[in-house]
Amino acid sequence: MTAQNEQLNQLITSDYKAGWVTDIGEDRAPPGLSEGIIRFISDKKHEPEWLLEWRLRAYRHWREMKLPTWARVSYPPTDYQAISYYSAPKQKADGPKSLDEVDPELLRTYEKLGIPLREREVLAGVAVDAVFDSVSVATTFKKKLASMGIIFCSFSEAVQEHPELVRKYLGSVVPMNDNFYAALNSAVFSDGSFVFVPAGVRCPMELSTYFRINAAKTGQFERTLIIAEEESYVSYLEGCTAPMRDENQLHAAVVELVALDDAEVKYSTVQNWYPGDEQGKGGVYNFVTKRGKCQGKRSKISWTQVETGSAITWKYPGCILIGDDSIGEFYSVALTNNYQQADTGTKMIHLGKNTRSTIISKGISAGHGQNTYRGLVKIQKGAQGARNYSQCDSLLIGSDCGAHTVPYVEVKNGSSTLEHEATTSRIGDDQLFYCGQRGLSEEDAVSLIVNGFCKEVLKELPMEFAVEAQKLLGVSLEGAVG
Amino acid sequence: MSAPMLQIEGLFVEVDEKPIIKGLDLELETGAVHAIMGPNGSGKSTLANVLAGRDGYVVTGGSVRYQGRDLLAMPAEERAREGVFLAFQYPVEIPGVSNLYFLKAALNAVKKHRGQDELDAMDFMDLAKEKMKLVEMDAALGQRAVNSGFSGGEKKRNEIFQMALLEPKLAVLDETDSGLDIDALRVVASGVNALRSAERSMLLITHYQRLLHYIEPDQVHVLVDGRIVATGDRYLAEELERSGYADYEKQAAQRSEASA
Repeated sequence: MTAQNEQLNQLITSDYKAGWVTDIGEDRAPPGLSEGIIRFISDKKHEPEWLLEWRLRAYRHWREMKLPTWARVSYPPTDYQAISYYSAPKQKADGPKSLDEVDPELLRTYEKLGIPLREREVLAGVAVDAVFDSVSVATTFKKKLASMGIIFCSFSEAVQEHPELVRKYLGSVVPMNDNFYAALNSAVFSDGSFVFVPAGVRCPMELSTYFRINAAKTGQFERTLIIAEEESYVSYLEGCTAPMRDENQLHAAVVELVALDDAEVKYSTVQNWYPGDEQGKGGVYNFVTKRGKCQGKRSKISWTQVETGSAITWKYPGCILIGDDSIGEFYSVALTNNYQQADTGTKMIHLGKNTRSTIISKGISAGHGQNTYRGLVKIQKGAQGARNYSQCDSLLIGSDCGAHTVPYVEVKNGSSTLEHEATTSRIGDDQLFYCGQRGLSEEDAVSLIVNGFCKEVLKELPMEFAVEAQKLLGVSLEGAVG
Repeated sequence: MSAPMLQIEGLFVEVDEKPIIKGLDLELETGAVHAIMGPNGSGKSTLANVLAGRDGYVVTGGSVRYQGRDLLAMPAEERAREGVFLAFQYPVEIPGVSNLYFLKAALNAVKKHRGQDELDAMDFMDLAKEKMKLVEMDAALGQRAVNSGFSGGEKKRNEIFQMALLEPKLAVLDETDSGLDIDALRVVASGVNALRSAERSMLLITHYQRLLHYIEPDQVHVLVDGRIVATGDRYLAEELERSGYADYEKQAAQRSEASA
């Protein structure tokens, strides 16, 4: 049995392929957090006064806030004064005008990650807003998007070029004092992406950004804001890897989505940050606040996530369903291995009439991994005829891991319908032997079973992402036969 | 004469440190169909599992040669790729994995091992449809998850369907007749008969003789207390049907007393 477990462990424990450190000179803030540092960041980014004030207000809230302790994760306390809150790759005076001007070292880094910008630009039709540490270095396909009135740029650029939009929507979904990490982000956020899709426009390509934490001890505080006006559509992809490191790296991002009448926003994530080594040393701490607001009637927001990385994942992408007949969806695969801990799920807040939400969560635990689904479905008095369907499945590999399901439900009217299903299963020796007797290697058998388990979620991902996600899960794409 | 398909000599097997198979000899020629009959606990399923390479079955003595090679030295998946097929007594459910997708992966793993071209989805579908007819299997079962929610009869048909698709050289059918009603038994048996060929050997493991009404074996072996105690033609099976295993079991008990 033990030999079996060891074999299984080996299968799941393939080396972290994206682990290295790129040697680039940095322009970084000294460690520590104070009003002075916030002014430094804001000044570096030439921000308007109102934004500095906003940051400072967030900081003052944060100082009064306590670390949340309700999640099923444990980790040593973070010394927020030991972190450097700003770092930018060195560039020529005004930044690159094209890829030719981008630091070749940086481009090689992307190549190692398997996303050569040039190829991707030409072949994949994906516009990439690449974030290396804290400053965006390249934005592609801008012209085509601009001709349709779509704005896709770094957050910093949006602050300079479209301050009225940023000011209108920033913090409108995730208030600056929403929680400890959101407040921290609001005070010190470095950069991120900004998307605006005007009324009636269907964004013709998947918008994609690649996050990467590189500088040692530099927490990353990304800020993303996506606004879809009436009858518009946008699909946004976020994928991440980080270099191997012994120190824990803090990541506290905030993502806000706004969908007006009949608009649809699809937000997909593949998260593969360094999970720590086999003994649980190192790894990224990922404390993320992601929320979408279905403000308009018949609007729709879908979150799809494949979370395989990070030592700690603390993440609950949710939807506030304000508009009547609006729809919120959450599809999630979370994999924990070795000593990874994930406490993730969603919040669906139903306010409008006939609002609908779907939650499909697939948790995979292996090694000593601990995987918790934590979700809230809240149906307010005015949400007559609201409906929710939740399905939370857990798959255990080996006998040292754990799966936990914590669904919260609050219903304040009698005309709504809620369904909840949950299962827990284990990859059994019987299954592996059966597969082996049909000629499949153990590795392929595990992939097959895991892939089958996650199918409902993976099929929600855009094609190019689904491939990456399946690679990450070590499985091959299900062909036309399935 | 070419080398026999399967040659078992003086095989001893323990499960949880308890001896189950105690000196078993068996030879199966290429193209032959042998039946192994025996009472509960005689070691029938142990033999099937040892041949397929399941963990937990510890060989403490003897040898098994498959086409002249040491079968016991090969891991389970290699045995499968080399043409050893076990039709499970209790086929395993794999939720979420479609039956046809599973089989396509299995077939291509076997083909790859043999240096043959892997089948694409279209060719595979054509082949699968053809083989499904053989066991009168409902096409819908192809799309459903492997054995999930299948009835007992559907699971057994699925095993024979898989065998038809994978085209093994040595098929071990472990109590394939158990839990089947008479119609299902007939369908499964006709599937097995259709797969009989001069290149393929089969080992039918069964408790009851009724399967042998439909699949006529070349030889019948009686397995009692981990040893082959009698070998004959199909009339031996008919005799067993009348007189049962009691006499053989009595002899086996005396034997183990004598050796104790």
